[in-house]
Parts: sequence; structure tokens; C-alpha cells
Amino acid sequence: MTLLAAFRRSGMATALATSALALTFTVSNASAETIRWARVADALTLDPHSQNEGPTLAVLHHMYESLVRRGTDGSLQPRLATEWNIHPDDPTVWVFKLREGVTFHDGSPMTAEDVVFSFERVRHESSGFQALHTAVTGATAVDDHTVHVQMAGPSPLYVQNLTNFFIMDSGWAEKNDVVAPQNFAAGEESHAVRNANGTGPYTLVSRDPEVRTVMAYNNDHWDDAPAVTEIIYTPIAEPATRVAALLSGEVDLVQDVPVQDIQRLEQTDGVKIVAGPENRNIFFAYDVTSEKLASSNVDDNPFAHAEIREAMALALDRDAIKQVVMRGQSQPSAAPLPPFVNGWTEDLNAYSAPDYDRAKELVSEIYPNGFSFDMHCPNDRYLNDEAICQAYVGMLGRIGVEANLVSQTRSLHFPLIENWETDFYMLGWGVPTFDSAYVFDFLLHSREDGFGSYNGSRYANDDVDAKIESLSTMTDLEARNKVIAEIWDQVMEDRPILNIHNQLLAYAVRDGINLEVHPENQPQMSTVTYDN
Amino acid sequence: MLAFIIRRVVQSAIVMLVVALVAFALFRYVGDPINSMVGQETSLADREALRTRLGLNDPFVIQFGRFVGNALQGNFGISYRLQQPVMELILQRLPATLELALVSGLAAFILGVSAGVYTALNRRGVIPSAIMAASLIGVSLPTFLIGILLIWLFAVELQWLPSFGRGDTVTLPGGWVTGFLTSSGRQSLILPAITLGLFQMTLIMRLVRAEMLEVLRTDYIKFARARGLPNRTVHFGHALKNTLVPVITITGLQLGAIIAFAIITETVFQWPGVGALFINSVRAVDVPVMAAYLVLIALIFVIINLIVDLLYYAVDPRLRVERSAARH
Repeated sequence: MTLLAAFRRSGMATALATSALALTFTVSNASAETIRWARVADALTLDPHSQNEGPTLAVLHHMYESLVRRGTDGSLQPRLATEWNIHPDDPTVWVFKLREGVTFHDGSPMTAEDVVFSFERVRHESSGFQALHTAVTGATAVDDHTVHVQMAGPSPLYVQNLTNFFIMDSGWAEKNDVVAPQNFAAGEESHAVRNANGTGPYTLVSRDPEVRTVMAYNNDHWDDAPAVTEIIYTPIAEPATRVAALLSGEVDLVQDVPVQDIQRLEQTDGVKIVAGPENRNIFFAYDVTSEKLASSNVDDNPFAHAEIREAMALALDRDAIKQVVMRGQSQPSAAPLPPFVNGWTEDLNAYSAPDYDRAKELVSEIYPNGFSFDMHCPNDRYLNDEAICQAYVGMLGRIGVEANLVSQTRSLHFPLIENWETDFYMLGWGVPTFDSAYVFDFLLHSREDGFGSYNGSRYANDDVDAKIESLSTMTDLEARNKVIAEIWDQVMEDRPILNIHNQLLAYAVRDGINLEVHPENQPQMSTVTYDN
Repeated sequence: MLAFIIRRVVQSAIVMLVVALVAFALFRYVGDPINSMVGQETSLADREALRTRLGLNDPFVIQFGRFVGNALQGNFGISYRLQQPVMELILQRLPATLELALVSGLAAFILGVSAGVYTALNRRGVIPSAIMAASLIGVSLPTFLIGILLIWLFAVELQWLPSFGRGDTVTLPGGWVTGFLTSSGRQSLILPAITLGLFQMTLIMRLVRAEMLEVLRTDYIKFARARGLPNRTVHFGHALKNTLVPVITITGLQLGAIIAFAIITETVFQWPGVGALFINSVRAVDVPVMAAYLVLIALIFVIINLIVDLLYYAVDPRLRVERSAARH
């Protein structure tokens, strides 16, 4: 920047302003900026293959880079891979062409060998990302900038699993004894937890966990120079303090804005709100299979009746939840599928208006005295999760169904679903692969052989299971999309899931800063621009 | 004296063992740590494998025995959440908490005793009434609210002081990270220290005032006055000294409370101390950190109690006399 500053001072910038090159230079020079970024929690670790967790990934994306990255529109964008395709002769092999001239922060060049090493590391037993790469059997470097990834079978959508797969330097890893990701059981801290050597646009300057992480622009980065040259990342756990820090001018960007503060911030001078859909659906699900519910006052399972499930859906006033509970920060929908995911259609999204009279009738036909059950709800996981449940308890009361709300912390709530200990629960689901198959695999396939780990509704339909399994190896995308549509039709008819809405994300920034909402909630500071 | 200390140390060890046992028994109700350690894609089988690897499936007695065995060697394991050794994590954050507790404790004691003496000696007047009224606010408002109000007034509206964090810090030899040596560090300390100390200050003030009023009515104060001693000697040499025994007890216990329950203040101000570490660990069911923190807090309470008992000896001669008399 000193050179550019000299340019400006000598008045050469104006002279050169006609040339496109100089134009880009002036722009980046005028906006050489530090951004102070606050969020609810810190990255847990800087090890790129250890923790598959939101804030960790968002921070890592600045220092490490993936082969492909998710754009703010949900599309795949090239990063360290410039091209990717399925091998023309072998549908079980993925081919990645790597970007040339990329170096790690310590100066060593990024080659196919590092990518192969990273594939090994991310599949290690102690990696938190293992499950995304179970279909891989091995990766080989064909030449310095081509990698072949051998899959167990045809895996046409595997590339979608790579958006959070970071490339690490094999030499650095060996030198610092971090060839494997942190192993909890070993009881030692690894060098990679607090040090980073990626290829990303920012290098790590200092890190004080849970206090402050400072990153500076990497002058050797292959992409265009960003406007932001320094990032100061500060976790602030308390929502009121986070907002106060923005209002007092101590931070520039607050990523996790409390829903109740959005309206007030919109009306505050000097601050603006950017909102967009998050890749996360919030829904209720019920045990549709068991003979008898654990928590009900009736002798059979009310949710096994299609009529009751219909009544439950008719009693859910999604628009009221949107307006009253979410203060507008949600997109109600009928299918548990965010809008940018493959398989989403307008029809799946369309939801019916509530009809309490009809719902009440449906319930009283089977249970003249109504029925009761326990509704399990997290209270610290999703936006206003507990309040949504409370609202729905009231709505159910109008149709003669008595729900007893049990709301508790996430670490108590989720095991109930995993262990099939809940009759009715709330769950939120993100779809990182942007494909319906991800929803099917975890939520709708019956629980067996690694499928259905969050299928708490115990929904089991052999026909649907077979179709879900066929999806993973279908290479004809058109035929595959047809099967996806068939599965959705069946599922929407069977109603094992009662969807509420997609969450919206809101960032609060100082006026003059432009940043788009990222559907995976991973804003990239190198994309920030400034009004001048 | 030595026998007394040894006896207390043995008692303390038992107390800490019991604390560890109770804490461990409670952990099973906090939830499942695996959930916050792995991504949603992780299969149930892999979760079970990790649970076994971490020893979470072992019987309670074995888990507890392992914890005590390791803890005796100073090893509290590695944090599930931050993947750093627990002792290192706690020691890194302890200076922040201790500096905050020290400043707010000292301020509470000095201001509390002075205001207590002042309001006891001047019972009528605008200023004493105002102090008494203000102290009601300190006793009745929750810490959380005081913190938010202070942030709102001094950080957002007036923009005099920072709303969060510890400012710039300096690492002293020995690894102690202090915020006392930079101006942003000192500024950052003001709001959290007020928030944390306000309750203690009003408590001490009201206690000193009540005790002082009591003592001023006693006969020996009347005799002291009759002897023609100056007011200063009567008030500070006789009256104040005799009010201090309960005040020291309360202050000592409150100092423990300040350190232990700085949790709320630290959360509100994003103060990087052990309290905030504990809260974050509870959210993620980070059992090793929670266990170590609770044992540490028990240790702090035990040590403070020991010091308070020793201080009694210094302040109250009767205790010394009774002890030595009993021995004969």
C-alpha cells in the first residue's frame, strides 16, 4: 500500500485513472480498511479438519481455502480447484484441476500432493468431517495440478460435500506433527489448534481464544486484492452487549443479531441490517410408528392416524408465528427444504391456511375428549425456538389437543431424538450439500446402516428407502431429479414431518459497509465493499 | 496454631472431594457432550465410538476415580470444546478474573466501610439519606441489569468507556496477563468492576452502619466519651474496630462469591475470565472444564475461609485468650 500511497501523493493516480489497472488499484487503496467483526461464539479450533461447526468454519474460510466454495446465491464457485468433473471413462472417479501459482502462507507452493494429503487427513478417525467423505476410498496425484479421487461407487454429487474441505500443507503438517487432526482422547493440544498455514486471503496475526483473533491480508494471495486488509474477530456471547458494541462504534459487523433487536436497529442512524435466507429449516416431527406414545393420555398413538397429522398441520398458523414470534424473520413453507436446495419447488413450498374448525373436527372424530402429549423443544439452538413451541402449544389448545411443553438445552434435547425418547419434537436442519438427498438420508430413511440418524419420527417406508438409496449412485441428473420429486410427493402425503419455516439470517453493519448474507452463515470478509 | 492449620487443611481436602463428587454426579444431567463435538452428519455408530473413546460409557465410579486420580497429579484432561489442556485454559483466564475481583472487592470494601461509617455518624441530612436510598438500588437490582444499564449509559450514549472485553493487555514475566498497565485495560475494568462490586459495596455499607450504630450505644463508648477522648479516637479506635469482626467474615466470603459468581458480569461484558469460560463450557457440556472449575472454586472458598479464620485471631484478642485458656 505504501507504493500506492506514493502514487496518490504524486498525483499519478489521476493521470492513470483512465487505465483499468490503475482503477482497481485506486479502489483498493481508497478502501484499505480494518473490519471489526463480532459474533456470538469463537472458532473452537483453527485445525481445519477437526470441528464441523459454524463459527469455526466461518473463521477458517479466511485463512484456509477449499477446492470449491458456496457463493452467496448457493452456487458452487471455484477456489483452489479451477475445474472439476466426473472422469469421462470411470463414473467412480472425480477429477480436480488445481489452480496454479498458489502458495501457502509460509511460502511453499500448493500442489496435488497437499490435496491428496488433505483428503487423507479429513478422512482420519479423529476428523470431524469424516462422515462427509465416507464414499471416498483414496485420492491420487496424477500430476502437480490434477487430483483423482476414487469413490466406492458413482457419486455424482460428491463435489457438493467439499465446500468446507480445507487444503492443508503436507510439509507444514509433518514438520509440526499435525498429520492427524486433534484427537480428544489423546489429551494433548496439537500445533494446528492455534496456528494456521493455509492459502487463504488472510494470514493469522494473533489469536487469543475467546478474546480476539486478528488476521491480515495475504499479499501473495492469488485473487484480486480485497477492500478489507485487516480483520479483528471478537466473540461477544451476550446479545445485548453485542448490539451495544455496534451502536457504540466498537465493532463494524455483528453477525448474530437478536431477532427482537432487528426492527430497532433498522431505525437507528449509522447502522443497517442485511437479511437473507439461511440454509436451515425448522420443523416439528412426531413418532408416527410406535403402538403407544410414552407421554400420551390415550392408549394408542394419535400421530399414527393420518387424520390427526392433518389436524396438527391445520392448527399450525405459520404466518402468525412469522409475524408475532419471528418478527418477520422467517419464510414459512410446507416442505422441510430451504429454497435453494435441489428438489425445491413452489408446490412443495406452498402451505395451507390454518383451519381450526376442521382440525377440531378431525381430532374429535377419533378422540372425543382430545389427547395430550409432551412436546420437546430446544431453548438455545434456533431463533426463538422455545417461543415457537409455546405459540404452537396455544394453537393446539384450540383444537382440543393438550401439549405439555418440555423445553431444555440442546445437549439434553438432541439425544432424545437420537435415542428415540421423544414423541414430538422440534428440529432444525441445514442442507450443506444443497441437495434433497441430504434431507432424505438423515431425516426420512428408516434408521439402519448409517441412515436416518435424525429420523426421530421412526418413519419407515420400504419404497421410499429404496428410492433414497438409489439416489446416491444415479449419474443421470434428470432421472435423479424425477426420483427426488417422487420421494417428496410420497413424504408430503405421509406427513412424517410438520415443517414450520426457513430461518432468515440478519447481519447488522455500520452504514457504508456492504456485505451479502451467506446461506451457510459464513460471510467472507474479502467480499466486503465500502461506499465512498 | 499449626495444629489448627493442619486440621483445616484436612477438612478442606474432604470438602473438595465432596464437591468433586457432587459435581460429577450432576454432570450426567447436563446433557450429552458428543452432540456439540461432532457435526450433524456423524452417524450414531461413530458417536457411540467417540463416547466409548472418551470413557463416557464407563460406570460412574470408574469415571470419578479416574478424574480424582488424574486431578491429584494436576492433570484435568483436555477440553472437549477448545481442545486445549484444561489447567492451561483456566490458568490463562484466571488473571482476568482475579484482577476484576480484586478491584471490585477492594472498591466495595473501601467505599462500603467509609460510606457505612459516614452514614452511621451522620444519621440525618440530605447526603446520608441519598446514600441510603442509592444503596437500596444496589441491593435490589440484579447484576445483569446493572451491567446492561451501565453499558447503555457509558458505552452507547456517552461513549466514555468500552462496552466489552478487557482492552489491551500486557503479559508479565511468569505468564500473568494484566490489564492494569494499559489505559484501555484500565478503562475496560471500570464498568465490570462497578457491576460486580455494587452489591457487595451496599451490603458492606449497610452492615457497617448497623454494627456501628449498635456499638455506639454500648457502655464502653459512653465511658470513652466520659473520659474525654476525642471523637476521632472514639469512633475509629473503639467503635469501628469492634464492628470489624462480622465485616471481615462477610467480606471474605463475599470475595469468594465475587470470584465464583463473576460468571454473570463476565458474560455481560465478554470479560475473558474463568466465569465466562465456565458458562461456555456448560453450554457445550465440556465436562473436563466444568469439573476443574468447580474444584478450583471450592479451593478458593476453602483458602479464603482459612484466611478469614486466621484474621479473627488478629482482630479479636478474645479468641486467642479462649484458645490458650482451654488448653490448661
